[in-house]
Amino acid sequence: MAPQLSWYLALSAVLFTIGVTGVIIKRNIIAMFMCIELMLNAVNLTFVAFASFFQDVTGQLFVFIVMTVAAAEAAVGLGIIIAIFRNRETLDVDDASILKL
Amino acid sequence: MENNLLSLIIFAPLAGAAINWLIGRRVRDERFVGVVACGSVAISTIVAFYLAFKPGGALRSGTPLLDHIWTWLQVGAFRADFALGMDHLSGTYALFVTFVGFLIHVFAVGYMHGDSGFYRFFAFLNLFMFAMLTLVLADNFVLMFVGWEGVGLCSYLLIGYYVDRREAGDAAKKAFITNRIGDWGFVMGILLTFFLTGSVSFFANPAAGEAAQTALSFFKTYPVDPFTAGAIVAGGATSIAVLLFIGAVGKSAQIPLYVWLPDAMAGPTPVSALIHAATMVTAGVYMIVRCSEIFVKAPTAMFIVAVIGAATALFAATIGLAQNDIKKVLAYSTISQLGYMFLACGVGAFIAAIFHVITHAFFKALLFLGSGSVIHGMHHEQDMRRMGALRKYMPITFITMLTGWLAISGIPIFAGFFSKDEILWRVWSAPAFSLPSPTFSKLLWAIGALTAFLTALYMTRMMVMTFGGEERFRDTHAVKHDAHHGPVTPHESPWLMTVPLIVLAVLSTAGGFIGVPYALSSFFTDKDINVLEHTLAPVVASPPGATETHTEPSAVAPGTETPAALEAETHAAHSPEEISAERMLAVVSVIIALLGIGMGLYIFRRRPLLEMPRLLENKYYVDEIYDKALIRPIEAGSREGLWKILDVGVIDGILHGIGEAVSEAGRLARYLQAGFVRGYAAIILIGALILIGLFGYLGFGFR
Repeated sequence: MAPQLSWYLALSAVLFTIGVTGVIIKRNIIAMFMCIELMLNAVNLTFVAFASFFQDVTGQLFVFIVMTVAAAEAAVGLGIIIAIFRNRETLDVDDASILKL
Repeated sequence: MENNLLSLIIFAPLAGAAINWLIGRRVRDERFVGVVACGSVAISTIVAFYLAFKPGGALRSGTPLLDHIWTWLQVGAFRADFALGMDHLSGTYALFVTFVGFLIHVFAVGYMHGDSGFYRFFAFLNLFMFAMLTLVLADNFVLMFVGWEGVGLCSYLLIGYYVDRREAGDAAKKAFITNRIGDWGFVMGILLTFFLTGSVSFFANPAAGEAAQTALSFFKTYPVDPFTAGAIVAGGATSIAVLLFIGAVGKSAQIPLYVWLPDAMAGPTPVSALIHAATMVTAGVYMIVRCSEIFVKAPTAMFIVAVIGAATALFAATIGLAQNDIKKVLAYSTISQLGYMFLACGVGAFIAAIFHVITHAFFKALLFLGSGSVIHGMHHEQDMRRMGALRKYMPITFITMLTGWLAISGIPIFAGFFSKDEILWRVWSAPAFSLPSPTFSKLLWAIGALTAFLTALYMTRMMVMTFGGEERFRDTHAVKHDAHHGPVTPHESPWLMTVPLIVLAVLSTAGGFIGVPYALSSFFTDKDINVLEHTLAPVVASPPGATETHTEPSAVAPGTETPAALEAETHAAHSPEEISAERMLAVVSVIIALLGIGMGLYIFRRRPLLEMPRLLENKYYVDEIYDKALIRPIEAGSREGLWKILDVGVIDGILHGIGEAVSEAGRLARYLQAGFVRGYAAIILIGALILIGLFGYLGFGFR
């Protein structure tokens, strides 16, 4: 039995939900960051699944854009995380609630 | 456009005020300020006389000079212009206002010498002349009200001129606030006039696009209101007249609003002379005479005017008897004389009222300026108990004030005699028109005569205490002034002050000859030489049944009468019985005046410091009664009711409530912005879920 489109979508939904849940329940910034990546990649999976299903390359192009943005975001985000850690010596986001370092 | 000179009369003093205010304060040169101030009023005076007496001038032709400067307000049917009009009445008024005003300006240059606010004083004084002349020459009620408020403002500024004296500031506020009550009546009267007549103008000026029907000409065909108390609230002529009279009561210091005028003496003496004796306070009389067309249709209102006038005349005269401050005596005397004028208005003798306004302007300005000269010579001592024997030191002031004293007491040939006698005769022979019963005219006459007696008495007291008897200033002053002056020696005033006194003394002596009644002049000549009456009669209404010379003004076009027609009319108007009765009354008036003077000399020459009844000295405790009965309750009501309940409770409550509601909402919203990233994420999630749910419920729109 060949893989159906719905299988990909289901997997994508599961990954996305894990990502959302992780962002909400995790207090470690690194963990939250990874969950965000997870959500992005869940969406990427959806894109490529539809691209394959509709035989349309546009979806795959979009995935490249998302990956570029994700890479930039990772660079900036990790920079911020390091700055926070240097100042506070903690990675708990709940401690970083006052809009300044 | 020759008529445009009319605006020069009012704008010259305004320019003087502006120059003194803007330039005079920098120059700080008394000569500059004085020349500007007196010069601007002199221009007004010259122009006023020129416009009045030139061929075809305001007092010579039957048509008023009009000057439409600009259309000021025009809303629907309502129209008020900045326009001036000079007819026989406003012309006469403008003449004596400018002339007496000029003399007082000259006097003030001497009186205010060395004062630090010299420029300020003359700027205000000039501004006053502007406002007063606007009031007099106004072509409509609204502009008149502008002048009316303008003189009130200047009165306020000048009463409070000595800014470092607390009582001056208090007196200024008292004058201003008391006048607000009267102004309410005036404004209501103006509004009611407009509702009834559809106009606020005095003179029709079709050239400027005004309607031919004016507020006053409307009443020519208006039926006479019934003589009932109900007419006051009926909204007709009587209501208007009563409301206008309330305005006059405030401005002209009649019962019950007279209390501000005695206090207003806290201002410099020239101010008292100009504003609070000669001109502004007679504005009420002017306004009533201007509106005589309305008043002759409102007998109830006229009766009220007469009663208030008579009551004020007597009341103020009794108080004047017991005052020790020389200016207070004159202030109460002014109130009393204003009462006379209103009494005359109330019995329909409008011309006699104006006559008395004019003669009173002369002799009361003279007396006030004389008292100013005395105060000046005594180094600002106003208490007559510390004067005495000034005759020796200030001969010119003494002689000039002597004429003023004889004039106000009503001694023949002096100006006050003719006008006062005219009023008393008119009251005695008042038509039944505005009185509930004929005996009232005799009663009012008796009050007037008694007042005349008291007037002679208190003026004699003032003269004796000031100029006669022994010197009383040395001992008391030695204590008071030792640091600066040592014992004071009074001195005669400089010529700048004595010359106006002399001119006014001449006018107080001879000024009455403009209005000698026929009954008296007929001793010498058959011609009716009552110039004033012939001048004013065409523009002043007369009540039905009055013995005016011109009972039918329409029969002869005003100003075009031939001497023959005039003479015929004269004989028709003066029956022999009336003439003999009038002569009899004149004799009675003279006897009354002589009695007052004689009694005054008899009592006060021997005991100048005679204690007067305490009730009179304390002015019947009217200020105290007002304080207890009106001011305190209003204060308490304002503090407890308006402030604590309405302002603090209701208004502040609403405002604070709104503020608190907003801040409470903010406090709740703050929980959303706790700064926890995960919280924001959760909110985003919830929002996304809600949106997705909503789209699921409504359909995604992909079909």
